[in-house]
Amino acid sequence: MNIATLLEVSLVAVVLGLGIWTIAVREAYSAAVGFVAYGLLVALIWVRLDAVDVALTEAAIGGGLSGVLLLGAAARLRGAQPMAAETPGRATRASAAALSVLTSAALAGAVLFLPDFVPTLAPTVAAKAWATGLTNPVTNVLMVFRAMDTMLEKVVLLLAIVGVWSLASDNAWGGHPGPRHQADPHGILVFLARLLPPIGIVVGIYIFWTGADHPGGAFQGSAILASMWLLSMIAGLTDTPPVSSRKWRFILVVGPGLFLLVGVWGLWLGPGFLAYPLSLAKPLILGIEVAMVLTIVATLGLLVAGAPERGTER
Amino acid sequence: MSGVTVFGLCAAAAVGLGLYGLITNPRPLRKIIAFNLLGSGVFLLFGVVGRRGAAAGIGNDPVPQAFVITGVVVAFSATALAIALLLRLFQTAGSTTLSSGAPPRVRSEPPGG
Repeated sequence: MNIATLLEVSLVAVVLGLGIWTIAVREAYSAAVGFVAYGLLVALIWVRLDAVDVALTEAAIGGGLSGVLLLGAAARLRGAQPMAAETPGRATRASAAALSVLTSAALAGAVLFLPDFVPTLAPTVAAKAWATGLTNPVTNVLMVFRAMDTMLEKVVLLLAIVGVWSLASDNAWGGHPGPRHQADPHGILVFLARLLPPIGIVVGIYIFWTGADHPGGAFQGSAILASMWLLSMIAGLTDTPPVSSRKWRFILVVGPGLFLLVGVWGLWLGPGFLAYPLSLAKPLILGIEVAMVLTIVATLGLLVAGAPERGTER
Repeated sequence: MSGVTVFGLCAAAAVGLGLYGLITNPRPLRKIIAFNLLGSGVFLLFGVVGRRGAAAGIGNDPVPQAFVITGVVVAFSATALAIALLLRLFQTAGSTTLSSGAPPRVRSEPPGG
């Protein structure tokens, strides 16, 4: 066993240990903390799998933003203790354990006995990369070859925000999402919320821009930008925008909207839905990506902020 | 055993752990966390299979990579929606029980939420 394998085995051991902790620990807050650590270490596994784009996404969204969401929910639900009657009995636990072990064993068997024939689309993606002017294969797949998935995913984000907002009580509709955070103006949180965003915004825009040729892209950059926005929200430096604001609603639909318009334009020009004219491929992709970044940042931030809770009059 | 296989086994174990937590833990927030664990195991399986498809100078098949990136974002939106539903349930019923037999404690909403 060489050093690299030893490293991988210990990484897996720590990841699984954190997974067990997340499931078994008593307090929901500790489980959320465990899940954040788990997400960050899973990002390392993605790096070892040579999928740096996914690693960035997993660290920023799976570890970071999900963490903020889960920790916030755990803190607000602290008073809710489960009733003893709800805890499942020994028989349920045993059958759940049997089912889980069976599922894991089946998946492990599938991993161990994968067929020798390896289907791959990597050569096809590499062969067609000339058409787009981008050299990052994952961005090519996301923005061009499977652009339909990415567009529909933007629609999913939009539906999620509609769903979250529709949970507002009647008197809070149109108001600001989430609680108004207060922090000590001379505390470390406010200090960090003033210090980090200028750096984070540059890093986020760089990650987005470099996504054309290197690992990175619109999702990863947007997640960093959104976390900077959330940091200043949590420190009380900015407030969430009221959900009745037309400007913000426009930002929420501009990404999928522009994507759809370009798609229909491709249909009208001839080649097909979401087919970009070759000469305009790069500027079109860039334009869609800029609109997408605006939409993703706004959506991610507002999804973490939650349903409207305060009326506009305050 | 190669590193990729070790990660594959880790993914399989994560799916099992998530499934167990999803069934046995009565608290909805813990179910949401367990479901995310399950999802992350499924994503890792994509990565393990994609790693075998490395070709043409690309270290991991880019198509499953793109699927996973899309999947992570969709999983995040679903989690956000589930947590918003849960917080609203807690706000209106005063508890987060999922059992239909328990009588809800009606709590009056403070003005302005």
